[in-house]
Amino acid sequence: MSKLLEVKNLSTHFFTDDGLVKAVDNISYSLNEGETLGLVGESGCGKSVNALSLLRLIPNPPGKIVSGKVIFEDQNLLTLSEDDICRIRGNRMAMIFQEPMTSLNPVMTIGRQLMEPMEIHRQMTRGEIQERCLDLLKRVHIPEAPTRMNAYPHQFSGGMLQRAMIAMGLTCNPRLVIADEPTTALDVTIQAQLLELMKDLTREFGTALIIITHNLGIVARYADRVNVMYAGRIVEKSTAMDLYKNPRHPYTIGLMASVPRLDQDMKKKLKPIEGQPPDLIHLPSGCSFHPRCSYRVERCLNETPELKTVNENHEIACWVDVRT
Amino acid sequence: MSEHNNNILLTVNNLTLYFPVFKGIIFKKKIGEVKAVDGVSFSIASGETLGLVGESGCGKTSTGRAILQMDHPTSGEVIFEGADITKLNKYELRHLRKKMQLIFQDPFGSLDPRMTVRDIIGEPLLIHKLNGSKAEYREQIDHLMETVGLNPRMVDRYPHEFSGGQRQRIGIARALSVRPSLIICDEPVSALDVSIQAQIINLLEELQEKFNLTYLFIAHDLAVVRHISDRIAVMYLGEIVEFADRKDLYHSPQHPYTQALIAAVPIPDPLIEAERKHVLLSGEVPSPLNPPAGCKFHTRCPYVHDLCRKKTPQLNQVSDRGHRVACHLSAKAPDRNNP
Repeated sequence: MSKLLEVKNLSTHFFTDDGLVKAVDNISYSLNEGETLGLVGESGCGKSVNALSLLRLIPNPPGKIVSGKVIFEDQNLLTLSEDDICRIRGNRMAMIFQEPMTSLNPVMTIGRQLMEPMEIHRQMTRGEIQERCLDLLKRVHIPEAPTRMNAYPHQFSGGMLQRAMIAMGLTCNPRLVIADEPTTALDVTIQAQLLELMKDLTREFGTALIIITHNLGIVARYADRVNVMYAGRIVEKSTAMDLYKNPRHPYTIGLMASVPRLDQDMKKKLKPIEGQPPDLIHLPSGCSFHPRCSYRVERCLNETPELKTVNENHEIACWVDVRT
Repeated sequence: MSEHNNNILLTVNNLTLYFPVFKGIIFKKKIGEVKAVDGVSFSIASGETLGLVGESGCGKTSTGRAILQMDHPTSGEVIFEGADITKLNKYELRHLRKKMQLIFQDPFGSLDPRMTVRDIIGEPLLIHKLNGSKAEYREQIDHLMETVGLNPRMVDRYPHEFSGGQRQRIGIARALSVRPSLIICDEPVSALDVSIQAQIINLLEELQEKFNLTYLFIAHDLAVVRHISDRIAVMYLGEIVEFADRKDLYHSPQHPYTQALIAAVPIPDPLIEAERKHVLLSGEVPSPLNPPAGCKFHTRCPYVHDLCRKKTPQLNQVSDRGHRVACHLSAKAPDRNNP
């Protein structure tokens, strides 16, 4: 498989009145064609900022991509001109946002919003575009597609809006789709429907997918590889199989022990991660996780661990080998 | 676990809560009603946790509110400690509310931003005149904060100075302040981060043991409900469709809706996930304003047949451990395999 995306030493900082927020701090990862990558972490860990940085959608000010490279289809997106990056957004790389209610324009019909990317990126006639949109709406199982094209977002239910968003993301056959918490606001049965749909469609079109979520179960079901993020950094990077079989970073281990599972002994007590998520303006010294970590040693307080390889497809950023 | 007859704290009989829907601005005309809760019955034993699961709009929160008389039920009985509280007047109710408290879903919206933590936790004490002398009042609040794992030195701070998990602890301390016997937890952890959820779940379990609390635990996350509840009721469009011991519910779910709900929750293990069958429901929850005839679930049910479209199934007992299901199919083939 060839490499589709490579992120090298990406840092995105926010210069706020209260101080500097290193929302994404020196992260590197790559993604192959057609692969699904899960990006897991709690709120404020930088997973969404990371996604927005790839498409250069960080509001500036206060935010700024301060360093790094995002190499997508052999060009560095961070050095492209505004016109050139516009040709990539929604075309080669698309995004599905978390809240369909607020990310769609309430005064434009669904049809218009669905056609917009193709009108911008494709030399197609209106008829052809309309045909493709109808086809896509059918693909995402929206009934009565022709009439739905003329409906406004408020006439759709949450699940239907998210379906329309998925269709919108796929209009131009992108090589990479970034889904930022695509199902968090939806009910479980709808969530399952949509994730299956996304998986089927991306597989059919050979599209690579980045799923951003805090739900470890979703990642287990859909991702090939996983990056676990904490306080702006990737703390563990692995194939999904390896990550769930032997999680090596104390944070990942903690996360897994703190979620109740359907297949687990019911009387087993949950083991929460103690303490609170860190304040990004006043990050702890050394490893940001050390105040909450039960394995911490002296070194964690002063030195920030970098990612190091533990086996061929598994990297962790930790000073301690938790298996010993 | 399921102490069915002894120590019943709360019994709900045929509870309904309808919201009228009006049309027009000046000449309002009633055009229908939303049957938010439509004939719900269950009982909770003292010290037990009953889980109430369902998707948004299924009436789980409305059930909680109708029990607390925050919305007066349209019909039905709510028998709390032996007395029907739907018949009480508001003075009598006020006394009783000491014993029934609520923990809210949104830790950001449920605390007054202009009150200090002391005022928030102390408010129920003042209302119910349980505050005692000034020193006693302070001591009670300090003690409550320690109980829920907050540092009493933070008592003069405002809600915005706390994180989501800490705020939820404040909400729990407020509910505990009047020493209730029943606490209705309305999605208490769904707004919290994964690592914090476990802290709050554990806290709720510890408190239950310590104060012999009874919980009605409302949530949409099946894994959480299974973890904390003794028995579970599954709701769909205002009705209970399945009611069982947590073990039975997860090992042999009888209602197609329960089966789909369980199948929809991903398990954090790729190996198990690869082998699991993914039963997908088609369509979405119908509008409660105009629910389908017969079995309300028939529009999405994979096993639907003619009878389902015409006749509403009753909640029938299918096992001697109190497993009850409202499905035509399970009555015919009680041992139908689960996914």
